Amino acid sequence: MAVKVQIPAPLRSLTGGQSEVEVDASDVSGLIDRLDSRHRGLKERLCDADGNLRSYVRIFVNDEDVRFLKEKATPLKTGDTVAIVPAIAGGRG
Amino acid sequence: MSLTLSPSPVLASILEAIGHTPLVRLRLPGVPQRVELWGKCEWFNPGGSVKDRAALSIVEEGERRGALRPGRTIIDSSSGNTAVGLALVGRAKGYPVELVMPRSVGEERLRLCRAYGARIVFTDALSGSDGAIVKAREMVSAEPDRYFYADQYRNPANVLAHYRTTGPEIWDQTGGRVTHFVGGLGTSGTVVGVSRFLRERNPRVRVVAAEPDHALHGLEGLKHMASALVPEIYDPQAHDEKLAVVTEDAYAVCEETLRADGLLVGHSAGAALWAAREVARTLGSGTVVALLPDGGERYLSARETSRGGRGGPQGPPSSESERGIHSRASA
Repeated sequence: MAVKVQIPAPLRSLTGGQSEVEVDASDVSGLIDRLDSRHRGLKERLCDADGNLRSYVRIFVNDEDVRFLKEKATPLKTGDTVAIVPAIAGGRG
Repeated sequence: MSLTLSPSPVLASILEAIGHTPLVRLRLPGVPQRVELWGKCEWFNPGGSVKDRAALSIVEEGERRGALRPGRTIIDSSSGNTAVGLALVGRAKGYPVELVMPRSVGEERLRLCRAYGARIVFTDALSGSDGAIVKAREMVSAEPDRYFYADQYRNPANVLAHYRTTGPEIWDQTGGRVTHFVGGLGTSGTVVGVSRFLRERNPRVRVVAAEPDHALHGLEGLKHMASALVPEIYDPQAHDEKLAVVTEDAYAVCEETLRADGLLVGHSAGAALWAAREVARTLGSGTVVALLPDGGERYLSARETSRGGRGGPQGPPSSESERGIHSRASA
């Protein structure tokens, strides 16, 4: 499933400056793993030691917050757009 | 402890209530017995944060220089507290205010700014506060005669606010005994201004800056300098030391000071307190002052979210407006 992922400015140092990347994943959890295998260190920024999404990171699938869906188990399909958004307004990458 | 009657101020304007905030002795666990830890409680400002000081200083310096005069609109980018401060000062003085904010700005601040009558212009949440800075600069360039650009990141009046008020207050409130000052880095105005004043009074005062440990963090108002658009007013010589704060550690200290001291503080205050305790732990004795930029009431929706129905840090959002990143329209 090819999914577009929008990368926030603070994480672009890990994606070689790219603001959007495309990965194959069938759910959000898999997407994070795939992102991390290509851009090492990304998972650590998004998830805590227990694997839960950090409280200050929001992930949206087609403009819907995954906390309203199935969180990391939220399914993905080809053509979906995923946005990773810091929950606060400050800072930058 | 008893309730005592102290003189209550009588003021000609709400703007005179800015500053003169309480310094409160803290009993945060882990601070050595012979070290005094004090918190400068900036949520006592009428707009609810330390940023009221910078907002008033910037506006009044603008008036003095003639750059701000009737008919002009105050504009700035802000991730929140400066926006509220400018909205308050603009309303009290009769200037329209326009604020450029990332769409991810906290609900409480957004509502406050609207309540004060400010017009909000949203920028892409993915670009953070730096995206808002760039947009504000574009708007000012397009209509330079319409706007007074507060420009908190470049305006020396931001630093002056703290050199003239926050620093002297800390000096007076500690009777000159302050040995360490700890503050978070955002625009850096607080740390730079307070540092300049305190070092003039006593060059041995140590100044410690707290900053997020990574570009992606959850400490509203603070900047990770290595990866941010560095504010022009930032002076790296202003601090003797810089400590990197992990977001979750700062959140945990917010809970600790609530339990130990009854203080409901904001996340950047948690970062300052975490750093202040680290500093205190290295001391045999001393008087450490931490600047607490705002109170926890501005973070209640985030707090409820993090303790949400599913119990984990990723619990459901508390308000409908948090659902989508593109759902907010400009007002």
